[in-house]
Amino acid sequence: MSGHSNYVPKSAVGRWFERRLPIMGLIHSSFVVFPNPRNLNYYWTFGGILAFMLVSQILTGVVLAMHYAANVDLAFNSVEQIMRDVNYGWMLRYLHANGASMFFVAVYVHIGRGLYYGSYKEPREVLWILGVIIFLLMMATAFMGYVLPWGQMSFWGATVITNLFSALPGVGETIVTYLWGGYSVGNSTLNRFFSLHYLLPFMIFGVVALHVWALHVPGSNNPAGIEKKTDKDTLPFHPYFTIKDAFALVCFVIFFSWFTFYIPNYLGHADNYIEANPAVTPAHIVPEWYFLPFYAILRAVPDKLLGVLAMFGSIAILVFLPWLDTSKVRSGAYRPAFRVFYWMFIANAIVLGWLGAKPPEGLYVIASRLCTAYYFAYFIVILPLLGKIERTLPVPASIAEAVLGPSGSGSAMAAGAASSPNSQG
Amino acid sequence: MATTAVEPTRRDFLFIATGAAGALAGAAAIWPFISQMAPDAETIAAGAPVDFDLSPVAEGQIVKLFWRGKLIFVRHRTAAEIKAAQETDVTSLRDPQPDSARVKAGKAQYLIVYGNCTHLGCVPLGNDGAYKGWLCPCHGSIFDTSGRIRQGPAPTNLPLPPYEFVSDTKIRIG
Repeated sequence: MSGHSNYVPKSAVGRWFERRLPIMGLIHSSFVVFPNPRNLNYYWTFGGILAFMLVSQILTGVVLAMHYAANVDLAFNSVEQIMRDVNYGWMLRYLHANGASMFFVAVYVHIGRGLYYGSYKEPREVLWILGVIIFLLMMATAFMGYVLPWGQMSFWGATVITNLFSALPGVGETIVTYLWGGYSVGNSTLNRFFSLHYLLPFMIFGVVALHVWALHVPGSNNPAGIEKKTDKDTLPFHPYFTIKDAFALVCFVIFFSWFTFYIPNYLGHADNYIEANPAVTPAHIVPEWYFLPFYAILRAVPDKLLGVLAMFGSIAILVFLPWLDTSKVRSGAYRPAFRVFYWMFIANAIVLGWLGAKPPEGLYVIASRLCTAYYFAYFIVILPLLGKIERTLPVPASIAEAVLGPSGSGSAMAAGAASSPNSQG
Repeated sequence: MATTAVEPTRRDFLFIATGAAGALAGAAAIWPFISQMAPDAETIAAGAPVDFDLSPVAEGQIVKLFWRGKLIFVRHRTAAEIKAAQETDVTSLRDPQPDSARVKAGKAQYLIVYGNCTHLGCVPLGNDGAYKGWLCPCHGSIFDTSGRIRQGPAPTNLPLPPYEFVSDTKIRIG
């Protein structure tokens, strides 16, 4: 995106079109010749995986919507009809449901990469914030999508989560009534959730476009956390990273397919195969696994409003991360003290997820509070302090040096190998 | 390094093999998305053949029923209607068809045709028009007592649904 592309199409038709709408040049400069750091590891493949998952969810979702009925009397049966009567309906449904889980697996790895390697730091702050917005949109989309089958978990999850807004003083009750479109979760709620569930992914698509645009200004971060300086530091996106991303995608799709075809209901809840009953709440209401850490934070705080604020705050705090982390060194690879706290944060998040599925009593409550405290302390106390007091390892002089060693950055052989991938031998 | 013919390399093979595998995988992935648009099992089951009892249909009466969502006329023709249908000069018809080709052998009194005008799909009015067959009010197509187009813009005769006589008084449509 830095200036005009020098791409010239081979055909006359191509050149005619390119002069009027330079989309081929845009694709060429963004995804063919774009220089990426040569030291990227596989954690950098998850952005591409996420883009694939978004397309997958949109495609499977659009075809599911051809058979789904968004009406409280028809919804549950329409899903069963998809499973039993529609050609490949069972597969499309399981792809969509497990695809949502896979989407969150990928996004958590993607965020974890950002947290470890300091990808949120200057000059990528806006890129990071756009990512947080995408994450929020994803959560809203997933929540509304889970309501659509109109099972017990759908209904009661919708009731619990929409009721959260009643905690807001004054306007809370009105907001909830407007969300519901009635005096309780009912047909109006289901109808509008279907409409918004169809809409939001396209908004995600738009923010993703901004996210990639913001990325292409400085280019990708890298495991060493140092900016690219010369051509020796980078390789063209095609073929090096197209093939790396493709390979990673294949591995991910195998993982995805394992769930879809062999254990398609493992990540779900059996109670959602019971039709919604407004008179009976299931013994243990649990959200889907990807919401569990936030659910644990919500329940850890004994006050209704503060619990809601803590839950939303746990995501909002991410927005401020570029300014909370005071370290001059970007990558965790050169910050040994930071690494300890980082992996504790990851373990803490997993424990929070586990706690979110447990009944809110006894030891689980105490543990949830401790883990919630660490979650916030990591952002508000640990990261600001660490940057001031930690002892970092010396950062390499360049990416090429990080990859090839101090003598290798001047090696012509390495540069030659990089520039001619199509030659024989 | 001077070779006159360029031998295909291992890399060329890999490119082509990967491309072929990718194309196959792509087709396999796309197929369910296309197939899901076909009528589903419930629709197919609902479109199974239906039996229809002809005994309540009085002579001169036209009865309507639906099968697979499409309207069907069952007409118990009077002797005069049958005679008029059979004594038509077939060569003068826009869509030449003898009446015998439009009814079952020995059951010429029963005419069973789809009930949508072959012009643009309106339902024609029975016992109306110059031949007392059907008259379509939308654009004035006139059908005779065999359901054949005689005047107006419709291009073809009222088509026949698939049906068989399972007994003297019962037909199975579909």
